[in-house]
Amino acid sequence: MKKALSAALAVALLYGCASQQAAKEEPKARVEERAPSQPTTTQPAQPRAAQVNPLKDPNNVLSKRSVFFDFDKSDIKDEFRSLLQAHGKYLAENRGAKMLVQGNCDERGSREYNVALGQRRAESVKRTLVLMGATEAQIEPVSLGEEKPRCTGHDEQCWSQNRRGDMLYGGEY
Amino acid sequence: MPNRSGQFALLLAAALMFVNCAARAQLTIEITGGGANQTPIAVLPFAGEAALPQALTDVIEQDLARSGRFRTLYVGGIDPLPSEMAQVNFADWKSRTADAVVIGSLQKLADNRFEARFRLLDVPKQTQIVGLSLTFAAKDARLSAHKIADIIYEKLTGERGVFSTRVAYVVKQGARYELRIADADGQGAQSILISPEPIISPAWSPDGTRLAYVSFQHKKPVIYVQSLTASRQPAPVANYRGSNSAPAWSPDGKQLAVVLSRDGGSQIFLMNADGSNLRRLTYADAISTEPVFSPDGEFIYFTSDRGGSPQIYRMQAAGGDAVRMTFEGDYNVSPRISPDGKMLAYISRTEGRFRLIAMDLASRQMQALTDGPNDESPSFAPNGRMILYASDVGDRGVLAAVSSDGRVKQRLTVQAADVREPSWGPFSGN
Repeated sequence: MKKALSAALAVALLYGCASQQAAKEEPKARVEERAPSQPTTTQPAQPRAAQVNPLKDPNNVLSKRSVFFDFDKSDIKDEFRSLLQAHGKYLAENRGAKMLVQGNCDERGSREYNVALGQRRAESVKRTLVLMGATEAQIEPVSLGEEKPRCTGHDEQCWSQNRRGDMLYGGEY
Repeated sequence: MPNRSGQFALLLAAALMFVNCAARAQLTIEITGGGANQTPIAVLPFAGEAALPQALTDVIEQDLARSGRFRTLYVGGIDPLPSEMAQVNFADWKSRTADAVVIGSLQKLADNRFEARFRLLDVPKQTQIVGLSLTFAAKDARLSAHKIADIIYEKLTGERGVFSTRVAYVVKQGARYELRIADADGQGAQSILISPEPIISPAWSPDGTRLAYVSFQHKKPVIYVQSLTASRQPAPVANYRGSNSAPAWSPDGKQLAVVLSRDGGSQIFLMNADGSNLRRLTYADAISTEPVFSPDGEFIYFTSDRGGSPQIYRMQAAGGDAVRMTFEGDYNVSPRISPDGKMLAYISRTEGRFRLIAMDLASRQMQALTDGPNDESPSFAPNGRMILYASDVGDRGVLAAVSSDGRVKQRLTVQAADVREPSWGPFSGN
């Protein structure tokens, strides 16, 4: 018994520290389902009648949830207008739907200032959605600052993926 | 009752694992630059201190050396070791260039506690500068050594020592975030909070009994205050719609300045430390964040881009018009005020490098204290002598410290972990 216990201890010790040391590598960046670059459907499906949840259907533009920003900018680029229009319309047609918009930044600069920059991006997304028919009460804009990078490298290729607003519907966060 | 001994073994294993790994996860401090005008000092081993697992005088000597203010002299081969002033050969110490000598003794008391007596001696004058005794339990031996080092430091430099203070910081290991507190020398690290989501902006209450911080565990930033003395669950003090971040304590510990987006944009608010009595302070159509009180409580310094780029501003703590403090460059953030209120430390970006800058508030003269490239989150030691900040080496976050005159540099690392968001705690016992 004594032997078994000390063996168990030794294993536990080894395992415990090994795992702590091995924990250096970054977790894999969260992979999101991306719609094909040319969506086959542009009109939002009827939420009740549809067999497939339009928010999850990879062929539906509503399954796309990310808007990307230029460095130090929070204005919505033209290429994301149609995406926000589709989500604005969905929110208008589904008044019970709620959305969390998370603004994100690249890693450069102050963490707290980046929380504020991410907030500005999230509010920019929200404002556009409201212009497209959503109500203020449906959308909560929040910031993750630089804390949850999708890409963990230290170059512009990564940074451009991290300057982002993500739209999450109720039940997804 | 299935397999009770198995359960016990597991528990024991878990406990040992924690102890073992905690020991490995200590911060180690490396001095990367020395100071000028170091006082040569000899710290002689205390008679009887072998009764402790670690000699008090090792800790004292390391504290003094790390401060950059002292040069510790070789003390080997002294036999017998003096523990009283009459036994000290001053002529010998003078020839060894010592300005000061520390002698002492350790005794185990009947209640298993220890009593350390020490004397700090002035070699040229052959006088005692101070002589004191401390009584402590074995588990507090390191803290007692730090306190002795604080007394020596204060007597010889004229300013309070910070060896017995603590620092808070965040460690990221994989997808696990830990808020930790350690002694100022990086030893004795304790985990305050473990979360699968990021933790940023820890801030000590002025009395050292509470930590405010920002947690992302609710998929957005929420401000918490955690007691370090009572085993209470941390309580959210600001969890409004939108983002809640950047907590800063008022010098009396009764209020927190915070940044909320509940009215749209990032604006500075003031509230009581329990979250009540919320009042909005800033109204500019721009970002206002990173508030910090001046030590006299009169002003709040903060970062805002109301002028087109992020710069540091100052306003009355009750709100009102803001005065711009920084003008050079287009990215000046993270203001901190020295404990004497005379210096503004902040992070400035020049040519893509983020560096720590010190500005003398009277003359507005600036000095770059670090070279970057990714220095952030500065935090003054309570005596104002050193500034702790976050930096990186390769892909890993490390903590570093620099003296407020830029001369002494230290690097603090935790093995195989990413360390960030340092915050230096207050003096103990005030």
